[in-house]
Amino acid sequence: MANPLSEFLRSYLSVGIFVGLSFVLFGLLMVISWALRPNRPQAGKYINYESGVDPVGSTWSQSQVRYYIFALLFVIFDVEAVFIFPWATRLEAYGTFGLIEMFAFITILILGLVYAWRKGVLKWA
Amino acid sequence: MIHTVLGLELAYWQETTLRVLGGLVMLLLLTGGVVYLYLFKFVSFMQSRLGPMEAGPYGSLQLLAEVGKWLQKEDIFPEDADRKIFALAPAIVLASTFLMFIVIPAGPNAVVSDLGTGIYFVLAMSSLSVIGILMAGWASANKYALIGALRAGGQLIAYELPLVLATIGVVVAAGSLNLQDIVAAQANGEIFGIDWIGNPFVITQFVAFMIFVISVQAELTQTPFDMPIAESELVAGYHVEYTGIRFLIYFIAEFATAVAFAAVASTLFLGGWALPAAWGLGTGVMHVVGPIVISTKAVLLVGVVFWVRFTLPRYREDQLQRFAWKFLIPLALANIVVTAIAKVVF
Repeated sequence: MANPLSEFLRSYLSVGIFVGLSFVLFGLLMVISWALRPNRPQAGKYINYESGVDPVGSTWSQSQVRYYIFALLFVIFDVEAVFIFPWATRLEAYGTFGLIEMFAFITILILGLVYAWRKGVLKWA
Repeated sequence: MIHTVLGLELAYWQETTLRVLGGLVMLLLLTGGVVYLYLFKFVSFMQSRLGPMEAGPYGSLQLLAEVGKWLQKEDIFPEDADRKIFALAPAIVLASTFLMFIVIPAGPNAVVSDLGTGIYFVLAMSSLSVIGILMAGWASANKYALIGALRAGGQLIAYELPLVLATIGVVVAAGSLNLQDIVAAQANGEIFGIDWIGNPFVITQFVAFMIFVISVQAELTQTPFDMPIAESELVAGYHVEYTGIRFLIYFIAEFATAVAFAAVASTLFLGGWALPAAWGLGTGVMHVVGPIVISTKAVLLVGVVFWVRFTLPRYREDQLQRFAWKFLIPLALANIVVTAIAKVVF
């Protein structure tokens, strides 16, 4: 039973059970609510809410996503975080070597941020 | 693997059942407590009113009354809605919240699952809620909801980064991702030879702590970072079309996430469930005291979040994006560098 792989998989089995529980709770609330709530259909109820007036035009409206470049930047920095985490846990073993290596890495990323900043990407366009 | 609890030998399934139920009780109890304590009472006192007083002594059963009320509301789907996604979105948000609680330890052995990836798992799971929010905003087929969801998406990813980068400082200091190891590092640590308060990372990692708490405020979309649900312009943002129990689930998830983030922050920066090792309390005592210690810390931290929420006015969308990208992220990177130097040199 002390097989490390089965221990590892079992720790994730607990995760699965706990998430399953959240869906069970959700289902339970839905069932209770379904048993208790009234259902009185009226045409006006199902109109999309737009502060009381009838919706204008298509409700799948287009809106300008002003910060989509932020999303690209986010991907870069998030991947960076993925690389930094293993380094951070083992820093004591790597010592000065690891420190210098990671400085090079972080510096390049900061240069990227500075470039985006100077380009005006971080401004409200 | 057979663990012994209070002298009883438990089989795997028994142990798992205990852990899962324990996690559920902690989640619901703390969330309910926080809603009553802060949303019903604390805020009322801040605004010179009493808050709920009718249901139970000092309105303490108001929460149950509220749940009973919401359960009886009609479940309305807007006519243009994408019905399947609309129905499923609250479940995703709730599941994301549940996933965050899994690795937070409340005692020497009181954790749903003690994953080696620890803090990394929490951060990954906390960002799942963005998917639920975007699903809700899109499926509602409502302009307010769509704009609110897009704002929420932009804000949550912007503040995800300072949150992640701030924790790296702690990971460097503790040398592990596992939350139990981080707790142990703080309990056994010492500052310049003084060990009676251990080494809570809030002292050595104060900058990271501040970045973390500010980012949590934004991740929870609480004022001053509540552009996604700004009621004066978007009515309620992504959950404007939700009624009854589905709306309540967003509400529960919001407060449970607040508790989860506060518990994570207490674990990372305030020493978690442990009391300093120098106090010489045995593991047996900590089995009982641990959950009380972490609950207290987490509830107090949620109090800070709500205190800020009901004190400050709202940031504009561009201001909050600028604050994250031009101030918090560079500061968090600088914190990593300084922490790493300190770790290698000392």
